[in-house]
Amino acid sequence: MPTTQQLLSSVEVARFTAHGFLRLDGVVPPEMNEEALELFAAGTLPAVPYGTPVQKAFPEGSFARRLLGLPAVAGALESLVGPDPAVDHHFVHTRLPHEGSAQPLHADALIDVRADAFDVQLMYYPQEVTAGMGGTLVVPGSHLRRTNESDTGRYQNLRGQTRLTCPAGTVLLLHHGIWHGGRRNDSDTVRHMYKIRFNPSVPQVRLWDTRDADSPAVLEELRRTFPWYEQATARLEIHNRILLWRALSADPGFDVDHWATRITNRPAAPASPRSTA
Amino acid sequence: MTTTRQQVLVLYLDTSALDSKVVGWARYDGTGSTRPTTGDSDEPPYETGVGALEDGWRLFQAAPLVPPYPGAEHTTSFLKHEFFFEKLVAQ
Repeated sequence: MPTTQQLLSSVEVARFTAHGFLRLDGVVPPEMNEEALELFAAGTLPAVPYGTPVQKAFPEGSFARRLLGLPAVAGALESLVGPDPAVDHHFVHTRLPHEGSAQPLHADALIDVRADAFDVQLMYYPQEVTAGMGGTLVVPGSHLRRTNESDTGRYQNLRGQTRLTCPAGTVLLLHHGIWHGGRRNDSDTVRHMYKIRFNPSVPQVRLWDTRDADSPAVLEELRRTFPWYEQATARLEIHNRILLWRALSADPGFDVDHWATRITNRPAAPASPRSTA
Repeated sequence: MTTTRQQVLVLYLDTSALDSKVVGWARYDGTGSTRPTTGDSDEPPYETGVGALEDGWRLFQAAPLVPPYPGAEHTTSFLKHEFFFEKLVAQ
């Protein structure tokens, strides 16, 4: 993956840490979107063995390699997952016109309990997605919950959910744990979404442009709550987010509103003075 | 012959109290006349659990309060405050 100067800021990475995803609207140029639609309709993407380095998975000049080389995409990916990630897998999701079923709300793969690392999933939309086309449903702030695959299928709707509509050439980057699902396509248009999952190959520590690391806006992003959080679990979400930010920023003392500090406070008991009576 | 079918409404509430606000919802229709599905609305059908009672839904199950497992006190997982309602509809 080429080096780029378009790294994310600390505020943007903090936003990803809170939301579990980052949205890059219209960053892929129209000619590449047209090329993608032909490629995806033909269904000729090469198979890639799990864990193949990007350079080996996608040869120089291939569509995927050029997609990942776009400065905005390359910079965001490098900021989140580091240089030279491995391609876990890739797949084109196609939803036919009036396809009557939605995916149940789910997280991909197994429950992932890593507290100091995460995979990133790229979702690319080569065409405009309208409300009727039923884009991807994403639940902001759901990525740190420990649920298995489609066990969340019972939840049809949550307050604050994101029902994606976007211009052509939009890319989402998602934490592997995010709750999401492909919505029902009620339109006359075939809808494509290309997904690539990346495994990091370096520690995910301060990979972004950290010049604004001490900005108050970082704290504001990390203390955000979402409308579907229950009152009590919202505090747990912030606590768990603090632990992730400590790992990402290599700052073991980082905190939001004293949440992690107060519950780990273990004052050393002073030695009892010996009686001199 | 008239038969009855069950319509089910599931509400996820802010706290364990039935009069707290709705944060999530799902509907299942035993009459087959509607097909509610994932991601089909952004606004809940009622603002609180009591709002559903006032509209004639009958509560038949609420989630028990389960203490956190030792060592997992800070883990977040499924929504905790799940309430099942029904309406019986003649068909």
